Amino acid sequence: MSELTASPTAAPRLSLRPRPLAALAGAVTMSGRSLRMARRNVDVLLTSLLLPVLIMLLFVYLFGGAIETGTRYVTYVVPGVVLLSAGFGAATTAVSVTTDMTGGIIDRFRSLDVAGASVLAGHVAASVVRNLASTVLVFGVAFLIGFRPSAGPLDWLAAAGILVLFILAISWLSAAFGLLARSPEAAGGFSFLVMFLPYPSSAFVPIDTMPSWLQGFAANQPVTPVIETLRGLLLGLPLGSSPAKAVAWCLAILVASVAVSGALFRRRTA
Amino acid sequence: MGNELAVEAIGLEKAYDRVRVLDGVDLEVARGSVLALLGPNGAGKTTTVRILATLGRPDAGQARVAGFDVVTERRQVRRRISLTGQYAALDELQTGEENLRMMGRLSGLSGAQARRRAGELLEQFDLAEAGRRTVATWSGGMRRRLDLAASLVGQPSVIFLDEPTTGLDLRSRQAVWQVVTGLTVLDSGRVVADGTSEALKRQVAGQRLDLVLADPPAFEDAAHLLGGRAVQRDPKRLTIGVATDGSAAHVRALLDEVDPTRGAVERFAVHSATLDDVFLALTGRPADRPETDENEHEKEPAGV
Repeated sequence: MSELTASPTAAPRLSLRPRPLAALAGAVTMSGRSLRMARRNVDVLLTSLLLPVLIMLLFVYLFGGAIETGTRYVTYVVPGVVLLSAGFGAATTAVSVTTDMTGGIIDRFRSLDVAGASVLAGHVAASVVRNLASTVLVFGVAFLIGFRPSAGPLDWLAAAGILVLFILAISWLSAAFGLLARSPEAAGGFSFLVMFLPYPSSAFVPIDTMPSWLQGFAANQPVTPVIETLRGLLLGLPLGSSPAKAVAWCLAILVASVAVSGALFRRRTA
Repeated sequence: MGNELAVEAIGLEKAYDRVRVLDGVDLEVARGSVLALLGPNGAGKTTTVRILATLGRPDAGQARVAGFDVVTERRQVRRRISLTGQYAALDELQTGEENLRMMGRLSGLSGAQARRRAGELLEQFDLAEAGRRTVATWSGGMRRRLDLAASLVGQPSVIFLDEPTTGLDLRSRQAVWQVVTGLTVLDSGRVVADGTSEALKRQVAGQRLDLVLADPPAFEDAAHLLGGRAVQRDPKRLTIGVATDGSAAHVRALLDEVDPTRGAVERFAVHSATLDDVFLALTGRPADRPETDENEHEKEPAGV
């Protein structure tokens, strides 16, 4: 086993990089890792890309005819489908975080002095990229089947911004769930929660068609202002207080998730 | 002082849910040496390794690795060690090369350095051909080799290997044993013996006499007679192992003692004592656990 004695070619790594720089470099490496693995996880990749499109087709052609929204239904439903697909992608993030935490690899990362934040940020960054890819696909198919938004370039930019913020918040939330779950299967259950949330919102049907006891929840839950903002920006409708509420919700979820996942990571690895 | 030793631990204690796992473990490992930590399941080997690799904190006691305190100078320690756990720490969906490059980047190598180091290690561990395939397609032995290669990416000065011989074939296992220069035997969270493997073997006995008994009653009688002197006991094969110095006089005396009527022992054989015999004799466990030779941990301060 003479190969166990290390050869002296690579540079020694004895110098300590400042903590934030090292964490950032670690996060970049970890994002690359997560994206590579996501690309090769073919069945998950296909599901996360195709399912949102299928759900959109389902709503537009099966349910849409029976739902009165005042516009073409495809135009009404696209923001909801985009948020739903963010939920799928986020659940994948929870599963990959749990897989890391329950396998041997987390010990190796830690003994390499990789910060917990870097490990999680890598998963989150990959999640954002994955979700944006499926979002672009949804928009593409939506255009093919008659989605005609009236948004100008600035509106699109603002819509993309709020969408990225939402995906970022949900991805960190899923990372926190991934740390909480004891098995990848349990982490998968997180998808139920996130996927269910858009239904009692204005994503698929107008809130005033819901029973009154549900309207209060639907109007005030985090998904609704995000949807209303997207819809308003894309269709040129009045925005009201939706953007402020949407940003506040997303930031609150983001900050809470980052804080909670930091604490959970320390507890899990104590 | 601390600079002379790769690993130095004094009075390590650790309890999980009030179960004492470590009960005052002292360890000293010189630079350039290879220490194997042996002991039965639950002896505290993994806990010791995790504390030394900064992944667990001791409840009491102190440890320095590569000259730095594992609690207060954790980052310094982590820059100088690597840990290979009991389970392969690899990404199945990455290729062997990508796994190694990732570990290189995470240990602070530049992109080009990490690529070069990955290529060297794949070559050294005879994995160059498989390097561009995802690990999901690799055999268990290849994964184990990649896992070991990954632990060497960052040129650590102290290497911790938890169960390094798991999944290796006999020849590779013996190769691992050949690099071991010292042994420490743990039992119930305490060090019960340490020294070089030769010294420990001598301390226990140079040789082992295996007696194959004629039938189960004869086996029972012999086991009863020898009691704690039996270093190995295999009821299925009616075999009992006893420590001996290997001399004809001692073997004859033992045979006469166990089998005065000359009908109970069918065959016998004399073996050099194995490390199994050593730690079984030291920990006083009956030798009915054939997997014991896999229960070791190894620390190798390499690159010296």
